[in-house]
Amino acid sequence: MAMTIHCDIVSAEEEIFSGLVEMLVANGELGELGVGYGHAPLLTSLVPGAVRVITQGGEEEIFYVSGGFLEVQPGVVSILADTALRAQDMDEAAAEEARKEAEDALTNQSGEFDYGRASARLAEAAAQLATLRKLKNRAGRG
Amino acid sequence: MAVGKEIRTKISSIQNTQKITSAMEMVAASKMRKAQERMALGKPYARRMRSVVGHIANAAPEYQHMYMQERDVKRVGYIIVSSDRGLCGGLNGNLFKATIKSMKSWADQGVEIELSLIGAKAAAFFGSYGGNVTAAVRDIGEAPAIADLIGAVKTMLDAYADGKIDRLFLVGNQFVNTMTQDPTVEQLLPLVAEENSEMKHHWDYLYEPDAKELLEGLLTRYIESQVYQAVVENGACEQAARMLAMKSATDNAGDMIDDLQLIYNKARQSAITQELSEIVSGAAAIG
Repeated sequence: MAMTIHCDIVSAEEEIFSGLVEMLVANGELGELGVGYGHAPLLTSLVPGAVRVITQGGEEEIFYVSGGFLEVQPGVVSILADTALRAQDMDEAAAEEARKEAEDALTNQSGEFDYGRASARLAEAAAQLATLRKLKNRAGRG
Repeated sequence: MAVGKEIRTKISSIQNTQKITSAMEMVAASKMRKAQERMALGKPYARRMRSVVGHIANAAPEYQHMYMQERDVKRVGYIIVSSDRGLCGGLNGNLFKATIKSMKSWADQGVEIELSLIGAKAAAFFGSYGGNVTAAVRDIGEAPAIADLIGAVKTMLDAYADGKIDRLFLVGNQFVNTMTQDPTVEQLLPLVAEENSEMKHHWDYLYEPDAKELLEGLLTRYIESQVYQAVVENGACEQAARMLAMKSATDNAGDMIDDLQLIYNKARQSAITQELSEIVSGAAAIG
């Protein structure tokens, strides 16, 4: 039997997966990476996309994450998934909004087209589609 | 019969109030259950996040992030988590009292204070109390999303990065149990390293892409998750406190109704007695 590693996938709003896995494949910032037993301690950020785990016994499960972080410790791999849609200028916008709220001077901005938000949405939608396609392929094969 | 008309009106108005408070009590009880679930769902993330950050603090990072460095304290920041609505007993009052106490100890040392407020009650309170409010978030609702809180957190993190504040605290209610909620003041920045005995030898992570970028993002998420957890926990506290407050209001209304009913019955009885004695004495006078 293949060696297993404990895997936790959590987001701030819920626990998504927890259990022993033979292998975990995720989309890191620098490309797709697989983590198995005995991997060196690693910390990487994730881009929106599918996370594939091969559980003990060889079954495959696919999750979708919209970014986050992957940590590898001896014997444990954890994914800290984001739930909120993130982009640098979106965070700026949120901060700006809070500042404005504090000054109680909310002006109407709804008419402006927010490029940062739109492009982050697009990237996420594309990644979601890719995940769905993977799931579909698997269903087709099985 | 004219007797006790005012008392009867009073009783029925209190009965209406009692109906409302008991309905609110039941609503709060069911919302509390959901809020507690939400609190439990967020726990694994907060725990893992804390352990990752603990590992980073204990590792020998090639790069020291500013969130980990102690600075001389000239200004401090507070993120204050309160509820949006009232009618929840002393929940917010106690929280603000604890906040002011902590703020005062800094003010006595000549340290300036900046506030970031979450929840309408904090905004109302510190608006009139005074204080340097740099950010406020309101109407977060019962199911808050991280996205709603990013603004309030980022303002403070930016202030920290710019050197406008040298320490950041998070103030919120801690859910002990349904009967007890404790206001707590917790230090967010600089990070308080946890003692970890199992990994004392020299080691470090492989960082992808590189340590600076990665830690920046990760630590921001860490702070956000702590704030989110505080907001969710405060939500559970709010419902618990409201449930208790409404329960005691319902009980008080019941007591009041009983008292008034007694007064009403006595008045009615004495009126009847008086009428009877008038009839009897009238009959005696004729006979």
